Amino acid sequence: MTDTAVQYIYILSAALFVFSLKWMRSPATARRGVFAGEAGMLLAIVGTLMRHEVVDYKLIAAAFVIGTVAGIPLAYLMPMTAVPQRTALSHAFGALAAALVGTAEYYRATPHGAVMVALVFETLLGFLTFTGSMMAFGKLQEILPTRPITYRNQNVINLSILGLAVAAGVWLIVQPEQAWLFPIFIALSLVFGVLLIVPIGGADMPTVIALLNSYAGLSAAAMGFALGNRLLIIAGALDGSSGLILSIVMCRAMNRSFTNVLFGAFGQVQTKAGGAAEEQRTVHSASAEEAAQILDAARSVIIAPGYGLAVAQAQHKLRELYDTLTRRGVDVKFAIHPVAGRMPGHMNVLLAEADIPYDRLFEMDDINSEFPQADVALVIGANDVTNPAARSDKSSPIYGMPILDVDKARTVMVIKRSMSPGFAGIDNPLYYLDKTLMLFGDAKAFLTDLVKELAEVAKAA
Amino acid sequence: MLTDLEVGLYIFMLATFLGLEIIRRVSPLLHTPLMSLTNAISAIAVVGSILVTGAAHASTLSRTLGFIAVTASMTNAVSGYLITDRMLKMFKTRKPGGDRKGAA
Repeated sequence: MTDTAVQYIYILSAALFVFSLKWMRSPATARRGVFAGEAGMLLAIVGTLMRHEVVDYKLIAAAFVIGTVAGIPLAYLMPMTAVPQRTALSHAFGALAAALVGTAEYYRATPHGAVMVALVFETLLGFLTFTGSMMAFGKLQEILPTRPITYRNQNVINLSILGLAVAAGVWLIVQPEQAWLFPIFIALSLVFGVLLIVPIGGADMPTVIALLNSYAGLSAAAMGFALGNRLLIIAGALDGSSGLILSIVMCRAMNRSFTNVLFGAFGQVQTKAGGAAEEQRTVHSASAEEAAQILDAARSVIIAPGYGLAVAQAQHKLRELYDTLTRRGVDVKFAIHPVAGRMPGHMNVLLAEADIPYDRLFEMDDINSEFPQADVALVIGANDVTNPAARSDKSSPIYGMPILDVDKARTVMVIKRSMSPGFAGIDNPLYYLDKTLMLFGDAKAFLTDLVKELAEVAKAA
Repeated sequence: MLTDLEVGLYIFMLATFLGLEIIRRVSPLLHTPLMSLTNAISAIAVVGSILVTGAAHASTLSRTLGFIAVTASMTNAVSGYLITDRMLKMFKTRKPGGDRKGAA
């Protein structure tokens, strides 16, 4: 009787998860989506506690208390710049839970056949996602070096470790009683997770986080197969497909393939750049006062922010500039490249936090056609995503990557500390165009001056 | 009759297709909150964790592993939903007249 009720509760819970994701479609309904997700989770937990198999509540209650106490500060004290790290940590926790449940099930029941296949999947994916996500966390938090670490025969070594882990898994499926093998299987999975992330550089983190998201979901779905629980299969599949789509979006935004991200050790400094760039080229620089006059005379301005903006903590100053310009009747829009930031959609959150209205934030594909009509394109803390070489120069390492067409605006302004090449070490011909004005300085300090000068211009008029 | 495995595979296939269709329609504006929401949903591992921890005659090993798993999933669920909502509250639009309105 109760167990029938539990099944219906699970069905309702699954439906709520589907609605939850469906409502993420637009900011107007997204908070309703969170509520549906919470309700779905609550039903799943209550339903599970009602099941007759669950007889001992003490440890569960203690774990609920600890989890809640740990979860609240993780949600409220995290600065928005640290959301990628938090997400990586959360993938690690989710995957660890799946892996541990798989391990416990193995030692309790030592299942055979299809259930054992699912259990091996769950445990392999769970443990490798756990260490992989912890590595990603370390790199994003800059506890570990963010540059890719490579060594000879890296791919051969990594693939052999994976091969050994899979071989151990297959052996366990064929002969589940070989209990001595299970810890070895776990160790191999853990080691592979670490090795998978070691060669991946900071620039590829958005893709990798999305991919780990997918793995965490798939291990939850595998747990569903191992335990015969359909709610887990559905929630895990939804999570897995979300991670998959986000990683495809990220790969496309960088014109790379999955294999290239995982085995290509991208983000390695491209030392071969130079050569043709040796010839003398002139750059035009401008002061805050000159820049303010141009901005004041403009009718439309498109701002292209990059992660450098967040590093300089300049989002709020940018909001002031936006407010000042808007008040003076200038049409201000923001052009957001999919990889501006450290995880999918990160830049939108950083700008929203600074109170910039989201209807002013435009995706690359929607805004690129507007650059030719814009009076000024203002680039702040972004480099490679504005590099016109990606469109024209076949020898450039970023050739083919979709970019923001800032160079098509009438005037281009670039706030930058110095002429040194950016993160990926690739020279940017944008800076040498006749219509480009380089505004040298720290983003926050320069924006402060710019707002001040605009006020002066306004007074003089 | 279908076995449990076959039913499971049907469900997995359909849920994956459904997920791909729904997620494709999510505005890229919200990709970060989307990921923290799916994080929270993947805390559904709590179901398996509770079953392992609370079972009758569970071994000490099961109970220990289960306890860690419940704690980890619960942390994910609580922090995942709360931070998603915190982010979404920041997304405001400007109405004509200069008022800023919350996303809700």
